[in-house]
Amino acid sequence: MPQLLLELFSEEIPARMQAQAGRDLERMARERLAEAGFLPEAVKSFAGPRRLTLVIEGLPAAQPDRTEERKGPKVGAPQAALDGFLRSTGLTQDQLTEQGGVYFALSAKPGRPTPEVIAEMVPAIIRAFPWPKSMKWGTGSLRWVRPLQRILCVFDGEVVPFEIEGIVSGDMTEGHRFMGSRAPFRARHFEAYAAGLEANFVVLDPEERKARILEGARTLCFARSVELVDDQGLLDEVAGLAEWPTPILGDMDPAFLDLPPEVIRTSMRTHQKYFAVRDPKTGGLAPNFLVVSNIEARDGGHLVSIGNARVLSARLNDARFFWDEDRKTPLQTRLEKLKSVTFHAKLGTLYQRAERISALAGQIAELIGADKAQAERAGLLAKADLTCGMVGEFPELQGLMGGYYARQQGEPDAIADAIRDHYKPQGPADSVPTAPVSVAVALAEKLDTLVGFFAIDEKPTGSKDPYALRRAALGVIRLISDNSLSIDLSKIAAGHAKASFAVSAPDTSLIAFVMDRLGVSLRDQGYRHDFVQAAFRSAALDQIDLGQMIGRVEALTGFLKTDDGANLLSGFNRAASILAAETKKGGAAMVGQPVQIAGAPAEETALLEAWAAIEPRVDEALSTDDYTSAMSALAGLRAPVDGFFDKVFVNDPDPALRDNRLLLLTAVRDTMQRVADFSLING
Amino acid sequence: MVDANAPSGSLGASAPSASQGLSFQNLILTLQDYWSRQGCVILQPYDLEVGAGTLHPATVLRALGPKSWKAAYVQPSRRPGDGRYGENPNRLQHYYQYQVILKPNPKDMQALYLGSLAAIGLDPTLHDMRFVEDDWENPTVGAWGLGWEVWCDGMEVSQYTYFQQVAGMDVDPVAGELTYGLERLAMYVQGVDNVYDLRFNDDGASYGDVFLENERQFSAFNFEVADVETLKRQFEDMVAQVSRILEHRGPQGQRLALPAYDHVLKASHLFNLMDARGAIAVAERQSYIGRIRDLCKATAAAWVE
Repeated sequence: MPQLLLELFSEEIPARMQAQAGRDLERMARERLAEAGFLPEAVKSFAGPRRLTLVIEGLPAAQPDRTEERKGPKVGAPQAALDGFLRSTGLTQDQLTEQGGVYFALSAKPGRPTPEVIAEMVPAIIRAFPWPKSMKWGTGSLRWVRPLQRILCVFDGEVVPFEIEGIVSGDMTEGHRFMGSRAPFRARHFEAYAAGLEANFVVLDPEERKARILEGARTLCFARSVELVDDQGLLDEVAGLAEWPTPILGDMDPAFLDLPPEVIRTSMRTHQKYFAVRDPKTGGLAPNFLVVSNIEARDGGHLVSIGNARVLSARLNDARFFWDEDRKTPLQTRLEKLKSVTFHAKLGTLYQRAERISALAGQIAELIGADKAQAERAGLLAKADLTCGMVGEFPELQGLMGGYYARQQGEPDAIADAIRDHYKPQGPADSVPTAPVSVAVALAEKLDTLVGFFAIDEKPTGSKDPYALRRAALGVIRLISDNSLSIDLSKIAAGHAKASFAVSAPDTSLIAFVMDRLGVSLRDQGYRHDFVQAAFRSAALDQIDLGQMIGRVEALTGFLKTDDGANLLSGFNRAASILAAETKKGGAAMVGQPVQIAGAPAEETALLEAWAAIEPRVDEALSTDDYTSAMSALAGLRAPVDGFFDKVFVNDPDPALRDNRLLLLTAVRDTMQRVADFSLING
Repeated sequence: MVDANAPSGSLGASAPSASQGLSFQNLILTLQDYWSRQGCVILQPYDLEVGAGTLHPATVLRALGPKSWKAAYVQPSRRPGDGRYGENPNRLQHYYQYQVILKPNPKDMQALYLGSLAAIGLDPTLHDMRFVEDDWENPTVGAWGLGWEVWCDGMEVSQYTYFQQVAGMDVDPVAGELTYGLERLAMYVQGVDNVYDLRFNDDGASYGDVFLENERQFSAFNFEVADVETLKRQFEDMVAQVSRILEHRGPQGQRLALPAYDHVLKASHLFNLMDARGAIAVAERQSYIGRIRDLCKATAAAWVE
């Protein structure tokens, strides 16, 4: 069946947008074709520096014929309504069909030739294309990511004619900017198109560009007995910057190797988009860099290599200047400079923040068994590197540089490590500090952020989270859970709010926020949302220990997986619905304790006795936050609850018996509710 | 795949070296000639201190409105905070930009730009030329556009932007702007690593001969001598002047946007000087920038009228 080939040729598309653009083009084409009644055999897109390409295989020459159904008036509706419907459809009454007492007009719609549909579809896709940022150019009003220069659109070997803002579709494309024929060529089929591009130095498929880069880079490295430092993000980016990616292994002055390796790599990566290269013998960086050029230069890449080496030298000279200058000023002295740097207008200077973090880190250290003095010192110095030249140049090296400089000036490793790691974890993939002093400082840094911004009512709303408080909260959660810490977060937060931000009124919104993030995090780990909600609901926000909250979710999830748990849950639901119905009726006031009534059925007595025995056990378990025991205590209710509902009729005509049974169910329900809110669990 | 270290017979023949490549002034003359041939008005530098060639009224103000406009010029850029007392081989508090504005941007603007690089001796079959995403934004004049940094063998040699907004107003038709960092480009073309070693002409004068003493003196002034109280007062004076000027009208009834804009530029430079002296607290910074932007907007609105 015929093939559609579409190429949208433009000026250079930002590398970071290409992959998504390819997916969007594919999706939009699929959707629009489906709307038009097409079911293509295969849809494939390619995205690169100057072109988005779409190939669709297996489209028929014309749209399938379709029957359109229009709903008319009801049978027996006034004649005027029917006449109106007949007029608008151009049919007579005997041509209508009846279905369920309603008239329908069916009309056959012959399929249009496929090129006609495509000629409408492509401009519509272009106009609606969801670029993250788009622009206008020249005198036109069309928007695209950068000026759109050319559209190739052929179906079954013929141009699909259309025009959009002066760009007329055709069957021409062009290859590499600087290599090959440098003249447009004709392509009326994907095979010819791909071959023409290859002949003109364009690798169409981004996956193939990546493969060629990796293969070429590794071969070059192998020949020089060095290893490429893998960097997937960088590979994705450079594959979007070259149509004919050509790796070149360049030389770096070995004298630069005395700089911290992170500095060299960051400089290479962020400024120059070079891969770093490792010496397999030492494991350290080798005095080389790998750049992916877009040309196979006439001189074999000699000038490209020399030019890039010179730029890297200038960059690394800058870095060395910062490294040398920064080390002349001890971190302690830099604290003074923090006094003139505002953290946030309402939250004071960075110096004040450092003092707060220091104090809080000391308190946390005491709670988790870390060295208090070291935590205070590390907390105080943690932000000092923000005034360093190196961090000014490479903000992503914050913390890390502070760690280096602290070690250089003779601080103990525990302090230097804590400074280095105090921003961690920065995201779900980042590692979590485990050294006690580091944990205390990292927690203090995040809690100061959270408590501070909540104190000035700068809470995240919807998609807005300008101070990255969600990330800070997740950091707190991971620091606590990964290190199995048991601390009263509510108390720490309230204490910090009072001591540092003069907030004395208890405010549980921060804790509720952290709990909400914990819920999200647990859900991401595969826990059921309703179990999380049920386990959290009974928690007192003024004394939250996140570790215990996680324990609750685990215990509840484990319990509900057991036979006892699942059955008790259905018993609970039955009790709850009977009680809800009673409340609705406004019947008996269900206040008081159930009592032993002479002559009651054995099952009633059994449940009463079981509850009376279990209630204190639940009490005791909850008082020591032992949720697993609380759950196993509840498990003892399962058999009596089942027996009760089997044999006992709650709505006894005798109001005394009935009320006592309702009180018994209330007691059972309330005891269960103290452990977790079972009413939130679905099925 | 290319092994750059492999021996090759043709090496060196066209490698840039100190004995080759255009002198600094010939580089400028070549660009002037090239863009003149493309129909640009060749302007002389604006006679006020500006932080970037974009701020020349020939770009900022002419980008607005419906009229076509093609211009090119050299503009000294003053960045007081970038001074290094003449001791850093790459950083200067006074340097040159070459600026081209084409409104509306022609369809083949990228090709025209690459033609200009070829004219100054950068052969794209020997050098790796890239257009790397870089969205330009200048909050002090409320302007933004999309475009690229242009890299030559990993070095940024130009900024290429399609202006979308200036002073908060849509640029329609769109103007294409090119900014060449002249010293950097010359260093590349001549193959030198220190800006002061650039051949300024072909008669023995170096960039250092011409500008080293300026860098020393102005670095001292910018960082140590400029009087903060005076600068603050002058800044306030300029701000007041802009509002006052905009209340007046010219002989044909027009708003006096051009003189007002001069005073915006002066205020902006005064701000940069205060900043270099470390006199702007972080908290004040946004407020200063916001004030300059507001003046710029008011001036641009008066210009469009």
